[in-house]
Amino acid sequence: MSEKEHTCGCDNALYQELNAFIASVPRTRDSLIPVLHKAQALFGYLPVDLQEYIAKALDVPASEVYGVVTFYTYFTMQPRGRHTINVCLGTACYVRGAKQVVEAFSELLGIKIGETTPDRRFTLTAQRCFGACGLAPAVMINQDVHGRVNPKKVAELLEQYK
Amino acid sequence: MTVNLTIDNQPVTVPKGTTILNAARSIGIKIPTLCHMEGVVSPGSCRVCLVEVEGARTLLPSCIAQVAEGMIVHVNSKTARTARRTSVELILANHPLDCNNCSRNNNCELQTIASDMGITASRFPRLVQEHPLDLSTSGLTRDMSKCILCRRCVTACQNIQQVGVLAAQKRGFATIIGGGAKANLAETTCVQCGQCAAVCPVGAITEKDAIADVWAALDDPKKHVVVHTAPAIRAALGECFGMPAGSRVTGKMVTALRRLGFDKVFDTNFTADLTIMEEGFELIKRLTDAVRDKKAVALPQFTSCCPGWINFAETFYPKSLPYLSSCKSPMQMESALIKTWYAQKAGIDPKDIVVVSVMPCTAKKHEANRPEMVDSGFKDTDYVLTTRELGKMITAAGIDFVNLSDGRADELAGESTGAADIFANTGGVMEAALRTAYEVITGRELPFPSLHVASIQGLDGIKEASFKLEGCKPEFSFLEGVTVKVLVAHGLGNAHKVCKKLEAGELAEFHFVEIMTCPGGCIGGGGQPRLTDDNVRRARIAAIYSEDESRALRKSHENPEIKQIYAEFLGEPLGHKSHHLLHTTYTPRQ
Repeated sequence: MSEKEHTCGCDNALYQELNAFIASVPRTRDSLIPVLHKAQALFGYLPVDLQEYIAKALDVPASEVYGVVTFYTYFTMQPRGRHTINVCLGTACYVRGAKQVVEAFSELLGIKIGETTPDRRFTLTAQRCFGACGLAPAVMINQDVHGRVNPKKVAELLEQYK
Repeated sequence: MTVNLTIDNQPVTVPKGTTILNAARSIGIKIPTLCHMEGVVSPGSCRVCLVEVEGARTLLPSCIAQVAEGMIVHVNSKTARTARRTSVELILANHPLDCNNCSRNNNCELQTIASDMGITASRFPRLVQEHPLDLSTSGLTRDMSKCILCRRCVTACQNIQQVGVLAAQKRGFATIIGGGAKANLAETTCVQCGQCAAVCPVGAITEKDAIADVWAALDDPKKHVVVHTAPAIRAALGECFGMPAGSRVTGKMVTALRRLGFDKVFDTNFTADLTIMEEGFELIKRLTDAVRDKKAVALPQFTSCCPGWINFAETFYPKSLPYLSSCKSPMQMESALIKTWYAQKAGIDPKDIVVVSVMPCTAKKHEANRPEMVDSGFKDTDYVLTTRELGKMITAAGIDFVNLSDGRADELAGESTGAADIFANTGGVMEAALRTAYEVITGRELPFPSLHVASIQGLDGIKEASFKLEGCKPEFSFLEGVTVKVLVAHGLGNAHKVCKKLEAGELAEFHFVEIMTCPGGCIGGGGQPRLTDDNVRRARIAAIYSEDESRALRKSHENPEIKQIYAEFLGEPLGHKSHHLLHTTYTPRQ
């Protein structure tokens, strides 16, 4: 985010929408969580300079905003990629090699679970069970479910998502 | 309205709204606590004060739970005792237990409580989180490995000072107190007031230690080591040696400093008097410009003695900077004069002089390191010790402080008046300034009983006084009939309110404003003996006023050494030399 956006943001449609939301709530710390929800919905994540912008707008210390963002797991400071890879680590998938599948994604993309590639193409996440045990090991990319994935198929899978 | 209850089978009657903790204390039952601060809303986070209340679903934290009619409380039941002990054991399981190497050894609330409970072994597996030391500021050291998450520092920073730097981050076992995304204090808006360090029950936040540097200077035969002590030290230092709060130890302090090996013992009080001359004449000049010459001039004038306030104004209210007096603090004036005037008179090369100041303050360590503070041609103040650090040095030297005879500060920059003493507490700088300014303008003594301006004394957060100038001397005839209005605030939460009023143009009718960063003023500073509550503040303030009243001279302009330095060295207030050595500039930050 640029310095200009940080200090004003009025030239940016997302900031305009956020400003409109902030204007509609009382300028107190009680409004912090609703504003953070709105900001994350708009921007996809809550980077530090966005937190500082919100802190100033609500007259709440930036340290407190950061405290709230890091307290609730719902809030994220990691940007999301255009595509979210979600590897199932439920029992069935796990025994059929899901761990190796995650490792293969991780190695190929150079990121750990919860991280996003620098080009913002992919975010790698993992979940316990998506109820697709018959397809184990299962991987969801965006809304697409891919079954019987093995480490060798990973590169080919990624090719489908630009 | 009173409430009757029973605590450990003893009947007790206390006012409605009393906490169980205080009700128990009133009948001599001491319930331990690590997060509670008297007079401040408790976060109830440490769970060390749990008690059993009959009919209650769970054990209650007695620092928060209020008494109720007919309540039956058990402090000393097996359940309550075990629960409190378990809370402490769990804190200890996540604490370094490196007590011998900790600056709080023998002065640590956790250590004392664990000892009182008879804890001698760790029952739980130990899991200590390692965090890097934060040494980024000049004033404070933070070691979060030692933090017990009591949140007293958060209360001090967020609720009392409202600087908003420290807050709890993350959750559960990963929780850490910090400045948000900023890893180091130096990157935050921290003003280094040290109120966090003053309330920390353990060694997690302390002043940055200068003791080793000062010993090294004292041990170096080539160095001429000069010390000067702030007004607030003499009303608090005794507490480091078990003396009650409010013990006046000026003479013992001087003797102890000589015994430590300082070559000269001066007194920051001398330059407190000098500050009154410079700041008082600056105010008169601003008034002359505004009232007589109708010039646009920044009024009210704000005091500038307090380095935490300076940091605060530079960070949060840069528009207020023209209103601040250009006077350096007494500490920086004294140090600059030691390396110029004193060096010249004593025939000592200033490069061989080491100036140590003893301050009730952690922000003073920052101030000494400001790049502007080199007007003598050298770093004016080499090292700043807090009251607590001086107490440690005296202890380490084996000096029996309590039984010392009284000494007297050295001549030249050691003489002072009662007006200088009262710089130590809220309202004092203002009163001292009025004692001189009123007399300069009217030729008569400030017309209040015992020279005290009663309405600006005491612990109210924001105080005002006003009086009419009548019978002005001919050269000040333009001030005849003017009603002087002054404002005094202490604690940065109150400073926020005053600055917001200034920005809104609501202080236009005021002439002079005193701001002190710490609640109660310097007597409640971040470097003072722990633990300071309002009772301690009142006791120290009473000591300071009795010190003032015990003096033959109580007005800065009557100090003979002040007359001498203007005659011999400075010329006149606001003169060329004063401008160079005693005045400074401010820089907006962020």
